[in-house]
Amino acid sequence: MEDLKAPSIDYAAVAPILILFGAACLGVVVEAFVPRRARHAVQLTLALLATLAGLVVVITQASTRVTTAVGALAIDGPAVFLQGAILVLALVSLLLMGERKLEPGGAFVPQAAITVGSEADERQAARAPGLTEVYPISLFAIAGMLLFVAANDLLTMFIALEVFSLPLYLLCALARRRRLLSQEAALKYFLLGSYASAFFLFGVALVYGFVGAVDLASIHTAAAESDRDPLLLYAGLALLSIGLLFKTAAVPFHVWTPDVYQGAPTPVTAFMAACTKVAAFGALLRVLYVGFNGLSWDFTPILGVVAVLTMIIGAVLAVTQTDIKRLLAYSSIANAGYLLVGVLASGERGLASTMFYLVAYGFSVLAAFAVVTLVRDADGEAGHLSRWAGLGRRSPLIAGLFTFILLAFAGIPLTSGFISKFAVFAAAMEGGQTWLVIAGVISSIVLAFPYLRVVVMMWLSDPSDATPTVSVPGVLTTAALAIGVAMTLLLGVAPSLLLDLTTGAAEFVQ
Amino acid sequence: MEYAQATGLLGNVWLLVAIPLASAALLLLLGRRADRWGHWLGVLAPAASFVLGLVLFAQLSGLENKSVELSLWDFIDVFSFKVDFGLLYDPLSAIFVLLITGVGSLIHVYAVEYMRHDEGRRRFFGYFNLFVAAMLLLVLGNNYVMLYVGWEGVGLASYLLISFWYTRPAAATAGKKAFLMNRVGDAGFAIAIFAMFAALGTTQYDEVFNGVGALSSGLVLAIGLLLLLGACGKSGQFPLQAWLPDAMEGPTPVSALIHAATMVTAGVYLIARSNPVFSANETLQTVVVSIGALTLVIGCIIGCAKDDIKRVLAWSTVSQIGYMFLGVGLGGGAYALAIVHLLAHGFFKAGLFLGAGSVMHGMHDQTDIRRFGGLAKHMRITWATFGLGWLAIIGMFPFSGFFSKEPIIAAAFEREGWTAWLFGGAALLGAALTAFYMTRLFVLTFHGKPRWTEDIKHPHESPALMTIPLILLAVGSVGAGFLLSTSVPDWLTPVLPEHGEEAHGVLSHTVITILSLLVTVLGAGGAWLLFRNGTQEQEQPAGVLVTAARRNLYADSFNEWVFERPGIYLTRALVFLDNRGIDGLVNGLAAAVGGGSSRLRRTQTGFVRSYAMSILTGALVVTAAFVALQLGWLV
Repeated sequence: MEDLKAPSIDYAAVAPILILFGAACLGVVVEAFVPRRARHAVQLTLALLATLAGLVVVITQASTRVTTAVGALAIDGPAVFLQGAILVLALVSLLLMGERKLEPGGAFVPQAAITVGSEADERQAARAPGLTEVYPISLFAIAGMLLFVAANDLLTMFIALEVFSLPLYLLCALARRRRLLSQEAALKYFLLGSYASAFFLFGVALVYGFVGAVDLASIHTAAAESDRDPLLLYAGLALLSIGLLFKTAAVPFHVWTPDVYQGAPTPVTAFMAACTKVAAFGALLRVLYVGFNGLSWDFTPILGVVAVLTMIIGAVLAVTQTDIKRLLAYSSIANAGYLLVGVLASGERGLASTMFYLVAYGFSVLAAFAVVTLVRDADGEAGHLSRWAGLGRRSPLIAGLFTFILLAFAGIPLTSGFISKFAVFAAAMEGGQTWLVIAGVISSIVLAFPYLRVVVMMWLSDPSDATPTVSVPGVLTTAALAIGVAMTLLLGVAPSLLLDLTTGAAEFVQ
Repeated sequence: MEYAQATGLLGNVWLLVAIPLASAALLLLLGRRADRWGHWLGVLAPAASFVLGLVLFAQLSGLENKSVELSLWDFIDVFSFKVDFGLLYDPLSAIFVLLITGVGSLIHVYAVEYMRHDEGRRRFFGYFNLFVAAMLLLVLGNNYVMLYVGWEGVGLASYLLISFWYTRPAAATAGKKAFLMNRVGDAGFAIAIFAMFAALGTTQYDEVFNGVGALSSGLVLAIGLLLLLGACGKSGQFPLQAWLPDAMEGPTPVSALIHAATMVTAGVYLIARSNPVFSANETLQTVVVSIGALTLVIGCIIGCAKDDIKRVLAWSTVSQIGYMFLGVGLGGGAYALAIVHLLAHGFFKAGLFLGAGSVMHGMHDQTDIRRFGGLAKHMRITWATFGLGWLAIIGMFPFSGFFSKEPIIAAAFEREGWTAWLFGGAALLGAALTAFYMTRLFVLTFHGKPRWTEDIKHPHESPALMTIPLILLAVGSVGAGFLLSTSVPDWLTPVLPEHGEEAHGVLSHTVITILSLLVTVLGAGGAWLLFRNGTQEQEQPAGVLVTAARRNLYADSFNEWVFERPGIYLTRALVFLDNRGIDGLVNGLAAAVGGGSSRLRRTQTGFVRSYAMSILTGALVVTAAFVALQLGWLV
């Protein structure tokens, strides 16, 4: 029997992941030992500092290109870039989560276990400060995402998937208002997420059956060189894709998205829309570009159909939405379709444009949800679109910023939305996927309608008594909103800043 | 073409344009604060440009090489398309500068008094200065794009000033008409510039003229015809003549400066400036000559039938510019003759218009010559100056029109073959008719018995601020002709072709001189005999020709039937198509999307079981597709 050798680990390269996991564990300890009154401040500071520290380390690691931990992790260009993106977007999401001025006690429930509608529930709803466990939970999710985009074998990837998914299920259930909706959303997400994870795991098993290993390098070699019948490999890839497409909210695996986006506390929705998308697409990119590159992309038509369906159905369903969060959810689904176009463009251009899109979209969507948290009345956020009528007259600044974000979603020039759409479509043209671009453009036209409907409603309708007021945002939400809008503008007028970065990072190691 | 260095004072050519432009900006931006003194600033600006123009003129005449180019900055610089913001000060532009600022200053002085009681006087002077600046830019640019900028600038100023009394529907409509008809010409001009750039890669005058020889004759013809279209629009030549008489709805000083002396002659300037292009193609020259001859006759015929003092003068402007087109079309030495006539015309026509303004001033803004008569006794200065202008325009020896018009008639007779008789005959006929209708105008206004409306008791002479410009312009009408006709052609030789050997036309020069004087005397005498006792105060039934002339030879009806009506029907058809067809398609698509959306929404039940079913179905299909792909069923 051989001695078990301790694997060599490049600690510098994995430092960001370790910092986040460490901070999450520390957060649990804080929850146990720090007095209740000080907890929020301590937890928020800890979470922000940990994310910031992780980001700083990622930046110092910018040129790292290694595989470590016996090939389980690949810290390469895309991994470092996507980790940085996740950390930046998470930082902004944490700002939204930390906001306590809009609602006494914050957006989270004080005690999630109390029965909805009971006497105790009414008491806590009135005054008690929200849960502070959300910060360590979020840190676990962030750490899981960092691991997910760096995972270089399928098992590590599966574990990372679960590590970041479980905290998300929890976070979804923690809304202070409309708790039943929130809990229902969490349960749905959990059930369907587990279901999808099972597909992923089964896919891993099939691939292992063909390759005899789970690391992507071996899969690549086997796919390219093996002379056995690759039926197992294809079936495995199909199931793996399904698991990942579920997380990216691609049609027909998108069904959970609107319900979960609507039910979850808005800061969590923002976090999922921005960061989960980055993580899920990061993993999908790695699986397709590293592991299954050897199949010479002959699966493109199938995933292309998924992309077309995602773009068209997301856009068409957005047309008739009446709730702003559901509208943004369908917009997020359609955007998953555009991202898939970038993924299927293949090659360096496809990789770079997809990564650009992820960051640009992340900032815009964070800003959009930041605005959603601001428009509220006595019952909390005013989600129904009819309530937004005339908002431009009441609060021109907020309505103006939201208009800008919607125009960015619609892909109007001088916003990041235009550049990112242009980048993925151009990459797809170059990759010979013209049909995807045609579908994408048609979908964009359809999708412009719901966005512009909101704009028209805000500016051209008269405010009614039902038009909610816009709350004065606290420092944290202001910062989040400002960062989101500023980046949307900056990446629209000076996209080369980020485009150069993504192009430089667009190479995987095996 | 070699250019001299823009040294010393000549480096300040840009000030010619900048001064009136700055003044216009001040007047228009300061608003009411400038109401009290604004008109004097408005007078000062063109006067200052005039003084500077004189100094520069002296400097230029001292140079051996009489062309100065000044490149100020890159106007447009896109890949291979480069346009200088550059000025060219040469004999042709120098003489235009003097005409524009000299006559312009006099008319500005006149307008101070004429517009005294108008609330919008400051605004008027703002627009007026803007016009002067744009017109100077037009003649000073060193490439076609600069010319175009000035061209559009004067078009804008013209529009603003025709519609100056914008509360009057007639003025507002006339402004629109002028603008629209000019668009037709301007579009041609713009396309000509595009074509030049496409063919030669430049719009710089010297480079275009050097390159034009290498172009195919068809292309030269096309560019020339497009330039000609622009020139016809701006100068009120056939077929775009209908806007100019309506433009008389503007204040009289505007009619005098813009629609008589300067802007409407821009078309002549354009052709004269582009003489290497026009000389390069004989067909092109024939077209220009034909348009000139046709327009001059049309203008005369209509002028005979009009009873509005300003409209008669407007049609005479159309006809006189016809002479200039005839001149530039004949080519060779006739280019310079046309410019001489343009300058002489600038003086006497401005004088005539200002005289008409003076008459209107004394007659409560009456413009109908049938309600004038016997004004000579009451307005001595206006009568005398108008009379000199009248003698000048009909070409009576020794007034300026004789020296400027008669050579053009002679040049027309120098053509070869039957065309000499055609164009020379037209020019002679025009001279006779001009003498007829101008004499009719003069006699009906100033002589015979008064036929005034009841509210007028004692018509009064205008104040000094109005009469002094009249006198100065009259002096020009008397003396300028001989001076101009002897000195200007030589002065212009570096730019325009030299007058060649005395050609022998179908008639000798002496015969033509005698003939033209004879028809002038006949026309004038006929009119004098017919109208010395006045005329009916109302419109009388008339024969076919007179009725046609009264209705502008049906040009307006033609435009209405051929362009306006079909245009309106086309618009309606398009609106219909847009509403029913395109909107229907769009709305139908939108409804389809909305309907599809509502239907799809029903699948979003909120039940986890149906969501799971959806995922399972998707998973089965995707997996089946992958398997099918591998088994080779898909390809």
